Amino acid sequence: MSLDVNDVKRIAHLARIEVTESEAAATLEKLDGILGLIEQMQAVDTAGIVPMSHSQDLVQRLREDVVSETDQRALFQSIAPAVENGLYLVPKVIE
Amino acid sequence: MINASLKELAGALAGKQISSVELTQLFLDRIARFNPEINAYITVDAEKSLAQARAADALIAAGKAGALTGIPIAQKDIFCAKGWRTTCGSKMLGNFTAPYNAHIVSQFDAAGAVNLGKTNMDEFAMGSSNETSYFGKVQNPWDRARVPGGSSGGSAAAVAARLAPAATGTDTGGSIRQPASLCGLSGLKPTYGVCSRYGMIAFASSLDQAGPMAKSAEDLALMMNVMAGFDERDSTSLQRDKEDYARDLNQPLKGLRIGLPREYFAEGLDAGVARVVQEAIDQYRKLGAETVEISLPNNALAIPVYYVLAPAEASSNLSRYDGVRYGHRASEYGDLLDMYCKSRAEGFGAEVKRRIMIGTYVLSAGYYDAYYLKAQQIRRLIAQDFEQAFRRCDVIMGPAAPGTAFKAGEKTDDPVAMYLEDLYTIAVNLAGLPGMSIPAGFSNGLPVGLQIIGNYFSEARMLGVGHQFQQVTDWHVQMPKGIE
Repeated sequence: MSLDVNDVKRIAHLARIEVTESEAAATLEKLDGILGLIEQMQAVDTAGIVPMSHSQDLVQRLREDVVSETDQRALFQSIAPAVENGLYLVPKVIE
Repeated sequence: MINASLKELAGALAGKQISSVELTQLFLDRIARFNPEINAYITVDAEKSLAQARAADALIAAGKAGALTGIPIAQKDIFCAKGWRTTCGSKMLGNFTAPYNAHIVSQFDAAGAVNLGKTNMDEFAMGSSNETSYFGKVQNPWDRARVPGGSSGGSAAAVAARLAPAATGTDTGGSIRQPASLCGLSGLKPTYGVCSRYGMIAFASSLDQAGPMAKSAEDLALMMNVMAGFDERDSTSLQRDKEDYARDLNQPLKGLRIGLPREYFAEGLDAGVARVVQEAIDQYRKLGAETVEISLPNNALAIPVYYVLAPAEASSNLSRYDGVRYGHRASEYGDLLDMYCKSRAEGFGAEVKRRIMIGTYVLSAGYYDAYYLKAQQIRRLIAQDFEQAFRRCDVIMGPAAPGTAFKAGEKTDDPVAMYLEDLYTIAVNLAGLPGMSIPAGFSNGLPVGLQIIGNYFSEARMLGVGHQFQQVTDWHVQMPKGIE
């Protein structure tokens, strides 16, 4: 199936990536090529095949509910774009 | 010294022929001299490296040295190393100083190895030529106009140019084996789950696996002894007994059954590469191995399946880059949504954006069954092909890449052509199997890798298969010109 420029803009919005008109047009061409490649899958009969998410059939491990990490708030906030009084700063979201 | 094996370096350190500080300085000097052109490293921090070297020298003097103590090793810039800038090849993390160590980095630290620096890579490991790096492309030391492969292209170029004795890499669809092939190195992608992914910046979590890149299979074995092992901080880390990956190095090859998949020698393979790979297989026959033709009928589907699953997982993993807690934030924005959209538009390069968008699309409402679920079903068919094949052989051999190193810029405008670089490597990731590339010869002066694929957890045997070949050939110790 092929996309149009509005599809590209919609996908970009879902992905939270701003695109300009010219970027959307250029992206459209590349995405169409990739989707064409992906389309080869549709020729395969996969009725009844169990989907495989991992190579090893793993069971989620449980661990004791104990504290394993120490407080490193200052260290972690030292690499943040904007902090104030130990809080991450973002544009106002609640009026 | 620059062409010595890890074992020889450990011997020289133990015998006091050289100190770790001197050895580290030797490589730092080489980096200062050659890296401005080759661009294999993104970050070098001589002070940090030399501090580790001094600590290693103290361990050696105290008689507490292990196999890698005091040996400088380059780390792919996908691994968080505490206090080191860790960029993953992206502007998004251009000013990110890791606040903690990846498990792999901690393992090398505990072994007394020296972190020699952080190597260049395709942005977020998405690429096969190292051309998507925000920090510039990397030259292939064998021909500076050509790419080193990717995504572990910086690690490959660093080892090939002897700017490091060995390096780490990661392999999601071929990112260790293809650059190893294009740069004339040995590189191993272990069974999925053998090396912890903790602190290794995530691309496609069900496929990503760390592994070693070095000159020889023996070097890889010594590195695997440090890198492998259970880590509770990675939910897919496998709980297995500790093993010695060097234990089978000297096992003879008589009776080894090598499977040759007819799909690996079909259309799409360069004639020069085919010749070199056939000659390597002939060498294995001389060493007593037998060959059997096998088939991996779904191999061609591995690329479409991968380009659904990997982008889908990437779109989820890379949603963490929102410009709030770390990473790039746009300088001007309106509301919160605008801040996300602008920060991500500025921070990510074109290929990363494409993959996030493909992933977003295939996971979007109404398309999940047709794409993601379908891809997971075919993934099982691909894994079953290998299961069938390993009933008839011990290892599978073929090319690691369809051609030799290509010219920079040759494939950058055509993502689909670039994706075909991984024609022989991707299925191995989908199945979660171990795969390796070793130098097998040259075609028109450029290195060619032989891929060796093993069954789950057969790394030690595969390394032995590589080592025996390297006892009777010298491809792995040949050096490019102009780096003396």
